Amino acid sequence: MSLVNFTTREITCKIVYYGPGRSGKTTNLHYVYGRVPETRRGRMVSLATQTDRTLFFDFLPIDLGQISGFSTRFQLYTVPGQVYYNATRRLVLQGADGVVFVGDSQARQLDENIESLQNLQSNLLEHGVDVRTMPLVMQYNKQDLPAELILTPADLDDALNFRSVPSFPADALHGRGVFETLKGISELVLKKLATGTPAA
Amino acid sequence: MTSTLNPRFTFETFVVGAANRLAVTAGRTVAENPGSAYNPLFIYSGSGLGKTHLLMAIGHAAKAIASQLNIEYLTLDEYVEAFHAAIAAGQGDAFRRRFQNVDVLLVDDVQFLTNRKEMQTELLRLTEALQQSGHQIVLASDRPPAEIPDLDERLISRFSGGLVVDMGIPDYETRVAILRRKAEERGSKFQPGVLETVAKVEYPNVRELMGALNRLVAFQAVNEMPMNAETVRKVLGIPTVASSTAASATAAAPAVASPDEFSQFLTDVTTNVGKAVEAWRARVTEAVMRWQGEGYRTGRLEKLLEQDTPASVDEAIASYIHDVERLKALEAEVAVLDPQASGDKVFRDPDQMDEAEGAAAKVRDGAAPPPAPSGAFPLDAFVAGSSNEVALNAARDVIAKPGKKYNPLVIVARSGLGKTHLLNAIGLELAKKRNAVVACLSTQQFVDELIAAIDGNRVDWWRARYRRATALLLDDIQLLAGKERTQEELFNLFNQLVDADRQLIFTAPAHPNTLEGLEERIISRLEGGLVAEIAEPDKELRRSMLQRLLTQQHVSLEPALLDYLADRPIDSVRSLTGVVQRVIEAAAAQDAPVTAGLAREVLEGAPPPAARRTAGLRTSGIVVSSAGGVRSREKMVWDWPTSGDRVIEDLR
Repeated sequence: MSLVNFTTREITCKIVYYGPGRSGKTTNLHYVYGRVPETRRGRMVSLATQTDRTLFFDFLPIDLGQISGFSTRFQLYTVPGQVYYNATRRLVLQGADGVVFVGDSQARQLDENIESLQNLQSNLLEHGVDVRTMPLVMQYNKQDLPAELILTPADLDDALNFRSVPSFPADALHGRGVFETLKGISELVLKKLATGTPAA
Repeated sequence: MTSTLNPRFTFETFVVGAANRLAVTAGRTVAENPGSAYNPLFIYSGSGLGKTHLLMAIGHAAKAIASQLNIEYLTLDEYVEAFHAAIAAGQGDAFRRRFQNVDVLLVDDVQFLTNRKEMQTELLRLTEALQQSGHQIVLASDRPPAEIPDLDERLISRFSGGLVVDMGIPDYETRVAILRRKAEERGSKFQPGVLETVAKVEYPNVRELMGALNRLVAFQAVNEMPMNAETVRKVLGIPTVASSTAASATAAAPAVASPDEFSQFLTDVTTNVGKAVEAWRARVTEAVMRWQGEGYRTGRLEKLLEQDTPASVDEAIASYIHDVERLKALEAEVAVLDPQASGDKVFRDPDQMDEAEGAAAKVRDGAAPPPAPSGAFPLDAFVAGSSNEVALNAARDVIAKPGKKYNPLVIVARSGLGKTHLLNAIGLELAKKRNAVVACLSTQQFVDELIAAIDGNRVDWWRARYRRATALLLDDIQLLAGKERTQEELFNLFNQLVDADRQLIFTAPAHPNTLEGLEERIISRLEGGLVAEIAEPDKELRRSMLQRLLTQQHVSLEPALLDYLADRPIDSVRSLTGVVQRVIEAAAAQDAPVTAGLAREVLEGAPPPAARRTAGLRTSGIVVSSAGGVRSREKMVWDWPTSGDRVIEDLR
């Protein structure tokens, strides 16, 4: 997929929310969905089980209209977090222009976070993409939980963010940090666009 | 019938943004070169985005550049009405003529062509007529040609054959710029942030944006207090959160009274996209679209877009433009030489400069200059006298001021009085001037060339060849008699050359108005210049001619010989030459000096047969008459029986 099409004057950004199960990826999308004017958003596609677990993926297209003469679209995807859906994750990751890693701030979830991060790296490699070249931001979700249950953003940065990408503390359920994260990743994606390398 | 151009709608008051830049550029180009750049130019955009403004701006700009242009702006409805009125009044043809004479025709709201078959046909005819005569037509519609329902295929292809450009909804920055400009025009001042707030609302078109501004201006005037962003929202009914489409302000916003996260996000993205896109890629893309619009291949630029970070984008674009300019120059040059070759697509691909140069060189070589004057007739060899004084003076004037004083110059004289000599002599002098291309040839050759050109389907090329000439000199114009096509061509060529102040000279055996078989329009044009006659040479002139002829032959100038020969009743220069030749030959035969006595013997007594026979025959044994050239095989045998020989001599 081409990020910028100069002939049809279109920009399409595919952003994938990645992270361990139950870390709040779909919640992020729901919040965004609620804030985008009706005329701007497409139907949010969500394939979920009865217990609200993402089975396949969520998809939210957002039309940002004409920007600098380009009709600009964002496509937000989530992957299923559970370990056994790896094939789906790999599929969704294909052609991504940017990745938001949604981490679970709970202390007991740290291992899952690390495992998912490693999984992201290997899945990108499967597509021939080096994680270092992929626009990536971290979101430390569930910062609203009681302080004794969670790690601080600084701790999480130490534990997960060894590449020092932009990181955002968040409370996706109430919306804190959701748009900051989205802005963060879109900035990276578009900056990469400026250097002229269309994402794979 | 025709609307006048609204003076406020000019390019100066048109706010250009990314969404309409291409359309404005195209519009300016058209205004600067009506009929040549994009014809027709088809502009489409949603309602209220500036179509009418742009159309009128083109009209204003074209008028400003060339005030004599006949510019008409009208909507399709006005056109239809006028057409119906004209048909009802039985003035259909006059109506058509009127519009075909418009230099720049601006037609608005073309989308109303739907279901109007007869108007479509009429517009098709008009578009074709305007295009053919190099007049510009600009059309505006609210949708592209292909999407106008029920539109004739031929019209679609006509429209698409020029340039079709759209204007989109202005982006945020442009909206701010429009609001600032309009507020300034109205003399209203707003607090910082106010106009930006209005601009954030995505009105579907500029007209509604202006409506919002008008409300603010009115509100501020009534309340006599500056508004802030908050009051603006109230006045315009902008919801505090999201849901920015004013038209459908259904207050669908979620209950959370947080700041408009989405709008902020949008602003952010806009800034980022702007930074990213308005960089080199946008410049390259713009160049690609521009030159593609003009019909040039842009492979080189497109390749640039495929690269990650090209080193020198601006240099690449500059060199591309440089190449395109060179192609344009080549094409223009070729168009003059050979209009048929100029459409060659090799002149549209800057990636194949060598081939274009090659093609142009080929055309250049192929387009040989028109026949030049003969070097055998220099002006100083032309003997002046009272009989040819008028013609010679006219010739000198023409040489001094070609095209300015006597145009055309017609030299009239009986055969053998030096018309051709004088014509070629003038031609030689004119050819000495810088950049001169002098066409000097006999009318017969002119006719033959045209026939060959018609035969070879190269009439355009033939015409172009003569149009390049800075002077056209035709010998024996009477030979045009009955050659209608040549007269037609000459007539056109004549007008073009005279208009361009290029000299025309003709020779004729008699006054033009006595020539038969020439069209009246040619004759009147010949009469329009100066008709200079060369009379029969008087004794004075004959004498000086003789002096020159005899000197050339290294004959001593005996006064008695000169007097005798000059007194002979000879009425043309050619026969004078013949006489001198005969006397000299006779002298050579007898191995005697040329004297008056010998001359008398030769001219009055029967010429001794041996005289001619022995002249110059020591090597070849062939007699070549100096006056007439070899006319028959018989004369080439030198020991032909004298009697027969003499018969032929008498006939000569």
